[in-house]
Amino acid sequence: MMQLVTPPRFVDNLAPKAKAAVVQLSLHFKGRSMSSPDPADLTSRMLAVRDARSRADFAALFDHFAPRLKGWLMRGGLNGAQSEDCVQETMVTLWHKSAQFDPARAGVSTWVFTIARNKKIDMLRKLRRPEPDDLPWMTQDGDMADDAADTLAVEQESEALKAALSELPKAQRELVEKAYFGELSHSEIATATGLPLGTIKSRIRLGLERLRHVMMSMPR
Amino acid sequence: MKTIKHHLTDDLLIAYAAGALPEAFSLVVATHVSLCDSCRASLAAHEAVGGALLDDADRAEISDDLLARTFASVDRPVPTPVSLPIRKPGKAPTVLQNYIGGDLDAIRWKNLGGGVRQSILKTGDGASARLLFIPAGKAVPDHGHRGTELTLVLQGAFADSVDRFGRGDVEIASEDLNHTPVAELGEDCICLAATDAPLRFNALIPRLLQPLFRI
Repeated sequence: MMQLVTPPRFVDNLAPKAKAAVVQLSLHFKGRSMSSPDPADLTSRMLAVRDARSRADFAALFDHFAPRLKGWLMRGGLNGAQSEDCVQETMVTLWHKSAQFDPARAGVSTWVFTIARNKKIDMLRKLRRPEPDDLPWMTQDGDMADDAADTLAVEQESEALKAALSELPKAQRELVEKAYFGELSHSEIATATGLPLGTIKSRIRLGLERLRHVMMSMPR
Repeated sequence: MKTIKHHLTDDLLIAYAAGALPEAFSLVVATHVSLCDSCRASLAAHEAVGGALLDDADRAEISDDLLARTFASVDRPVPTPVSLPIRKPGKAPTVLQNYIGGDLDAIRWKNLGGGVRQSILKTGDGASARLLFIPAGKAVPDHGHRGTELTLVLQGAFADSVDRFGRGDVEIASEDLNHTPVAELGEDCICLAATDAPLRFNALIPRLLQPLFRI
């Protein structure tokens, strides 16, 4: 596993300002240069965890997500130890609730994002976060024939989203990050983020309608 | 079911996806999404953005033993979660029933006068949530807002200067809206309302009563 970031140990002994500067510098060098992961690879590892309880694939997912989750959580106001607790809880939940992972509904990163978000709210605010009711079929096992096509669509959309994100002007990109990482209140979020979400929304919408149709025609 | 016409805005869905809403607002969002496929799809799309941003997030260094600690934790037996009573969606989706303690017929109302009733729900800081009962044909006193007020119709319908709002519709009122919602004839109207500031009534009497009723 590559580790680029580490502010060296001596940092802890520095005055706060100097410490901040070193951390800033190390943040600057750590980069977005490492290649972005292939969503299909994350999906197949996640399926191996779900279906075969593969510890090796779990470790690979941990290597991918843990540093990113920690970076995100520290940005959101948790300290190092809290962030790691939250990372650990998120990954443990990923293991225990893996049966709920459905690649035709959401990509691995999206699923992990929602788990970590809930852990973070719990840790920071000790608040309940009411969740929408699952639709009846969401808790059923019977898989749809089009799952593979949907899984592919989800993967392609996450690639397209990443491409769209990388094309945003810097200032806008920062706003989008703040909005989605929970650093802005709803009234501070400008409605237009400039992201093309139409395709994703209509695919999910169509999927919901299709499933509802199937459910209605099934004998109860 | 009639089509829902008034939806959640993207700023609310993004803030909900990000976990940045006060609990009372989250409750309105979760209740509306339970009733609305269109907003359910939008929410999933916003969560996908969150996932894409996470993949691209700056990496922080992880303690050497965190993976080992995580594996150790994975191997410990899972504590049985405190289970909520199993409820079936009725007029209120189950997410809301968990706050009421049952469906709409289980709400414990308090009279506000003029047949209007309310029931305050227990939520965390930052905003408050309550259920409102407006008898068919009656009005809620004319009021303005200091912050944002979300009103979601669960039964019946109301109309104000903006439009007509039926079951599943959500009205998003901000500072500039002064309105007098009137319940439609035919069926008593029940709404879930959340606000991040106390309402401001324009008539003197309700204003004097306001601290008493926490509306």
